[in-house]
Amino acid sequence: MIGFAIRRLVQAVIVMLVVALLAFTLFRFVGDPVNQMVGIETSLEEREALRERLGLNDPIPVQFARFIQNAAQFDFGTSYQFRQPVSDLFLKRIPATLELSFMSALFALVVGIPMGIYAGLNRESWVSKLFLSVSLVGISLPTFFIGILLIFLFSVTLQWLPSFGRGEVVQVGSWWTTGLLTVSGLKALVLPSITLGLYQMTLIMRLIRAEMLEVIRTDYIKFARARGLPDRLVHFRHALKNTLVPVITITGLQLGSIIAFATITETVFQWPGMGLMFLQAVQNVDIPIMSAYLLLTAFLFVSINFIVDILYYLIDPRLRVERA
Amino acid sequence: MPNVTNEEAKAEVPVFANPADAPAKGAIARALDSDIFHSFLKSKVTVVAAIGTIVLFFLAFMAPWIAPHDPFDLSTISIMDARVPPVWMEYADPRFLLGTDDQGRDLLSGIFYGMRISLIVGFCSVIAAAILGIGLGLVAGYVGGRTDAIIMRIADIQLTFPAILIALLIDGAARGIFGALDREVFSFYILTFSLALSFWVQYARTVRGSTMVEKNKEYVQAARVIGIPAPIIMLRHILPNVTGPVLVIATINLALAIVTEATLSFLGVGMPPTQPSLGTLIAIGNDFLYSGEWWIAIFPGLALALLVLNVNLLGDWLRDALNPKLR
Repeated sequence: MIGFAIRRLVQAVIVMLVVALLAFTLFRFVGDPVNQMVGIETSLEEREALRERLGLNDPIPVQFARFIQNAAQFDFGTSYQFRQPVSDLFLKRIPATLELSFMSALFALVVGIPMGIYAGLNRESWVSKLFLSVSLVGISLPTFFIGILLIFLFSVTLQWLPSFGRGEVVQVGSWWTTGLLTVSGLKALVLPSITLGLYQMTLIMRLIRAEMLEVIRTDYIKFARARGLPDRLVHFRHALKNTLVPVITITGLQLGSIIAFATITETVFQWPGMGLMFLQAVQNVDIPIMSAYLLLTAFLFVSINFIVDILYYLIDPRLRVERA
Repeated sequence: MPNVTNEEAKAEVPVFANPADAPAKGAIARALDSDIFHSFLKSKVTVVAAIGTIVLFFLAFMAPWIAPHDPFDLSTISIMDARVPPVWMEYADPRFLLGTDDQGRDLLSGIFYGMRISLIVGFCSVIAAAILGIGLGLVAGYVGGRTDAIIMRIADIQLTFPAILIALLIDGAARGIFGALDREVFSFYILTFSLALSFWVQYARTVRGSTMVEKNKEYVQAARVIGIPAPIIMLRHILPNVTGPVLVIATINLALAIVTEATLSFLGVGMPPTQPSLGTLIAIGNDFLYSGEWWIAIFPGLALALLVLNVNLLGDWLRDALNPKLR
C-alpha cells in the first residue's frame, strides 16, 4: 500500500513539475513582463534596472527554481490588468467557484442516480426511453447554450430567477463568502448549477443505468431473488451497492471537469469566480493570471487523480493481489 | 421488421455458380451489400440522422448559392432592417424568414454561412488532430522504448485536463505571441491549431495500441527482413490496418470539435464577428436576449444543437457497427 502510494506520489510530482515548466514558459517568454509593467516613456536604463531587480537576467534554471519556490508559497506575481497580486485576486474568487461546483455536483448526483436506477430497472418503459433521449439531447447541447436557454426561459420570460451575479453574499470567516445563507444568493445559484451539472447528470444517469443492467443479470442477484427477498432489498441492498464503485471514481474525476467547465457557466451568468477571471485574462493576455490558473487547476486535477487512485486501491482488492 | 429487410436483401443477391464471377460486382454494389450497410438500414434513427447530416452539410457548403441573402455583401444590408423578428411575429418583414440580427443581416443566411465556417473549422481541426495523433501513435507503437514512454506520458498528462481548457490556454498563449498580428486573418489558424492540439491524444492512444499488435505480425516482419525502411513500413504497411477505429474517433471528434469551436467563439476567443461561426452568432445574440430579441441567439443555437446531435448519432452508430463484439 505504502509503496503504491509513494509511486503514485512521485508520478504526481513529476506531472506538477512539467505543468510548472509550461506555466513558467508562458509566464517568462509569452509577452515581456517588463513591457507590461512600465509605460512607453520609460527609458532603456530604467527598464534594464527593473529587469535586474526582477531577476530576469539570471540564468533560466535559477529563474525556474524561484518561480516554483514562489508558487509553492502561493505567490504568482502581479496581474497586468488589475495591478494587484494574483493570489489576492484568486482568494477573493475561489469561494464563488467552489460553491457553484459543489452545488452542481450535488444536483448531478441527486437527480442522476435515481433516474439511472429507474432506467436500469425498468428498461422497456417509455419513461426510461424518454430519459435516454433527453440525455442524448443534453449531451449534444453545448453548456453555454443550455445556460442561454435557461436564462431565456426562467429569467427573461418568466422572471422567476436572476440571470447574473451571486445575489447577496455573507462573509464567513476572514475570506470566505457564501451565497448559501441568503434567499437571493440561493436563487442566484439555481440556474448556474443546473447549467453546469446537466452534462454530469446525464453521464451519471447513463453510467448507473448501464451498471444496473449488468449487475441485475449476475448470479448473486438471481440467487437473492430465489431466496424470496423483496425487490426493494434486492435492488438497493444488493444491486445498487455494486454499481457505486465506478460511479465514485467517475464522479471524482468529473469534479475536475466541473471546475474547468465552470469557466463557461461563469461567463454566461457573469458569476464572479475564478473561471470568469481566467477567461478575461485570456482575452486580455494577462499572463500571470493564466499561468496561476494553469498551476492551480493542475494541482486540483493531480490531487483528485491521486485520491481516486488510492481509493481504487482500497476498494478493489484485485489491484492489491497483482502488486503483491 | 429488421429480419424482413435482411431476408429481402439476401434474396436479391444473385447466387453464383462459379465463385470467380462474384468479384465482378462494382464497388458500390459491394458496399450496398456489406454488413455495415445492413446494420445502417436496420437503425431508423441512424437513417434519419444521416439524412439530417447530409441536408445540413448541403445547406452549409452550398450557402453562397442557396442562401436568400449574402450577409457579407455590405451593399445589400441596411441598418434599418436591424432586429426584425421572424415572419410569424408582429412587425416582421417577409424578406427575412427567421428575422435579422443587430446589423440587419438575414438570420437564416447567417446560419447557413455560420454553419459553413463551423464545419470548416471542425473538419480542419479533426484532420490536423488525426494527422498529429496517428503520426505520434505510429512512432510510439513501432519504435517503442523511451520514445514511446515520452509520447505516452505527455498524452497521459494532457488527458487529465479537459480539452476546452487546453484550447483556451493555447489560444491565450497564441494571442500573446502573435498579439500584433491581424486577428481577422489568424483567428482561424489559431483556433484550428488549438483544437487539434487538444484532441490528438485519443488518436495516438488507439493507433499506438493497434500498431503494437500489428508490428509483430508476419507481414511486417517480412517487410523488415527485406530491408524496407521503417517510415515506409509504418505508412504503407501498418497504417492501412489501423485506420478502422480512427474513423470512429474522427466522427465523434467532429461533433466535439464543433461544440468546442462554438464555445470558444461564444467566449470571444474564437472566430471574429466579421467571419461569424455559429458560436459567434450566438454570442452576438446573447446581448439582445434581455431586450426580447430572442431569435438572434436561439436560432443559431438550435442549428448548432441539430448539427451536433446528428453527427453524434452517426458516430454512435458507427462505433457500434464497427465493433465486432457487438455483432
